[in-house]
Amino acid sequence: MPVIAYREALNQAMTEEMERDDRVFLMGEEVAEYDGAYKVSQGMLAKFGPRRVIDTPISESGFAGIGIGAAMVGLRPIVEFMTFSFSLVAIDQIVNNAANMRYMSGGQFTIPIVFRGSSGMAGALAATHSHRLEAWYAQIPGLTVVLPSTPADAKGLLKSAIRSDDPVVFIENEVLYADKGEVPEGEHLVPIGKADIKRAGSDVTLITYSRSLHATLAAAERLAADEGIEAEVVDLRTIRPLDLETILASVVKTHRAVIVEEDWPYCGIGAGVSDRIYRSVFDELDAPIARVAAKDAPIPYSRALESTMLPSADRVIAAVKEVLYRG
Amino acid sequence: MSQTASAEVKPVVARNQALSWLRQMMLIRRFEERSAMLYQNQKIGGFCHLYSGQEAVAVGSIGVLGEDDYVITAYRDHGHALARGMDPKAAMAELLGKATGCSKGKGGSMHFFDVEKGFLGGHAIVGSHVPLAAGIAFAGKYRNEQRACICYFGDGALNQGCVHEAFNMAALWKLPVIYVIENNLIAMGTQLTRSSAVLDLTIRGGVAYGMPGFSIDGNDVELVARTTREALQRAYAGEGPTFIEMKTYRFRGHSMSDPAKYRTKEELEDAKAQDPIHRFERLLKQRGWLDDATFERFEEEVKHQVEEAIEFAEQSPLPEPAAVYEDVSVASYLPQE
Ligand SMILES: Cc1ncc(C[n+]2csc(CCOP(=O)(O)OP(=O)(O)O)c2C)c(N)n1
Ligand SMILES: [Mg+2]
Repeated sequence: MPVIAYREALNQAMTEEMERDDRVFLMGEEVAEYDGAYKVSQGMLAKFGPRRVIDTPISESGFAGIGIGAAMVGLRPIVEFMTFSFSLVAIDQIVNNAANMRYMSGGQFTIPIVFRGSSGMAGALAATHSHRLEAWYAQIPGLTVVLPSTPADAKGLLKSAIRSDDPVVFIENEVLYADKGEVPEGEHLVPIGKADIKRAGSDVTLITYSRSLHATLAAAERLAADEGIEAEVVDLRTIRPLDLETILASVVKTHRAVIVEEDWPYCGIGAGVSDRIYRSVFDELDAPIARVAAKDAPIPYSRALESTMLPSADRVIAAVKEVLYRG
Repeated sequence: MSQTASAEVKPVVARNQALSWLRQMMLIRRFEERSAMLYQNQKIGGFCHLYSGQEAVAVGSIGVLGEDDYVITAYRDHGHALARGMDPKAAMAELLGKATGCSKGKGGSMHFFDVEKGFLGGHAIVGSHVPLAAGIAFAGKYRNEQRACICYFGDGALNQGCVHEAFNMAALWKLPVIYVIENNLIAMGTQLTRSSAVLDLTIRGGVAYGMPGFSIDGNDVELVARTTREALQRAYAGEGPTFIEMKTYRFRGHSMSDPAKYRTKEELEDAKAQDPIHRFERLLKQRGWLDDATFERFEEEVKHQVEEAIEFAEQSPLPEPAAVYEDVSVASYLPQE
């Protein structure tokens, strides 16, 4: 199987879907002539031309709306946000128009659109450029929210997202773009709404997604080597709809859970997932659920401070020891 | 710099078409009057913005569109929907929150939709649908179809950022869209003079983006039609968007809950002297195209049609409780509860 980078996997997904369906096109800032701010769309202008790979002015609200309008009448746009931090100025379009249109029209309109782009704490970009907005979007009925953690998932999930008839918020992670991994060629589809067990184990369930998967897996390996603790790592991949079945099956097996995320702790995915676990299988738990999340403060510039915000393997290990009552 | 479409006396359309426009305007007026009564009787809930006084804008402009063209508007949408041929029964049922409504009772007054008629809403966040119109037009151009999108919004909406983003891209990419600003001189309770630094709106909406900008009397249904037809031809010819300011006046408050204390009786009476329905009635009579008997027949017909719509709406079932979860997504929906 070829080994390619996360960004190339995304590029393959878009390229293949554009080859098979003329209704699919890519629009956003710097996606065409500049080859993408993060080079995700590299070479696509040369391949598809300016009709289908479209540079926009810096007007997120405007071009998000243009994408939604085009989707209302049958096109299948991919709208790239340079980063999801900038989707804040387009959030009205995403929430009120993309997510609500089908419902408000009594099912007369579908919005087959993908909003995609990078996200997360990319390194010394400070508060405005380091947002993780997945919980905001995941709260909205009508949206699907996907966050791939590996190149294979990036490709397979993006292809599924482009084929979805519903609006998908597809959140990549800036730090993962250069990560390499095996990616199947051609028709590789990863289903939306299905979590993936990235490591099997029986002592504790670690629930995570996107970039945090990697710190979590590192923690799991160290726990196995140093402490003989076998952690099961569940990569959510889709956070709306949540694959509760996979989460609960694991928790029922291990009786302990730690939720690891790069987002803030309050009202976020970790809060939502722990609520679902408590209400579903409270009696199965041998310890309160532990959570590892960003500190509840704006994201600081200095790397010395920023690094303390991220879920590190050390923080995950400490949380695992807490739920296993091991000092 | 505004261009005023040349005023000519020549009829824009043949007699039958003109009469059907008059009748449509009368239907909208009657529909709104009855909606007001139903609102007062609490049969209609929420926000309900009536179109009375502005009928010539929707009827004259939609009247010249082709079947394949698209229509999109803001929350003051009953008039545009009816002008586009929405069944008054489906419209009234929507106002009453019934399952037979044009949006299955999920949208209400502000969110009418009719995919069959190319009526793409009913949008209640001020300005938010203006980019959608550019996208709808974009799709037509992308597929190389001869299709335009007409988009209505208010003078207040011209102050919203995404509107200007959309104007710029529509002009930059020469999208087949017709932007119609229904300048009724007020946004809720804020007069244009208190919201716009520049009062010639064709400067803000047209000139600023290199779009042709027209400023016309929106209460003259034939002038509305003629100006829209020019814009439509530009759109079809691939020449891009047009901005048309249609000056008009709303006879009622902003919504049903607004007593409109910000204006004088005289101002309202002056405006009513320019009632677009009566102006058109007079014109058609002068031309010898309309007599009193026909006018009275129209009055009876639209009354009957609206009563029938109310009857239908009253008799229609409410949505089933399970409908709450229907039409959220195309994929089978999993509520996150
Ligand atoms: C973003 C947003 N802000 C405020 C409102 C509340 N609001 C609804 S209509 C309106 C006035 C709009 O006036 P105008 O665009 O002139 O249209 P008109 O009502 O005159 O048809 C306001 C402030 C809203 N719906 N959306
Ligand atoms: Mg107004």
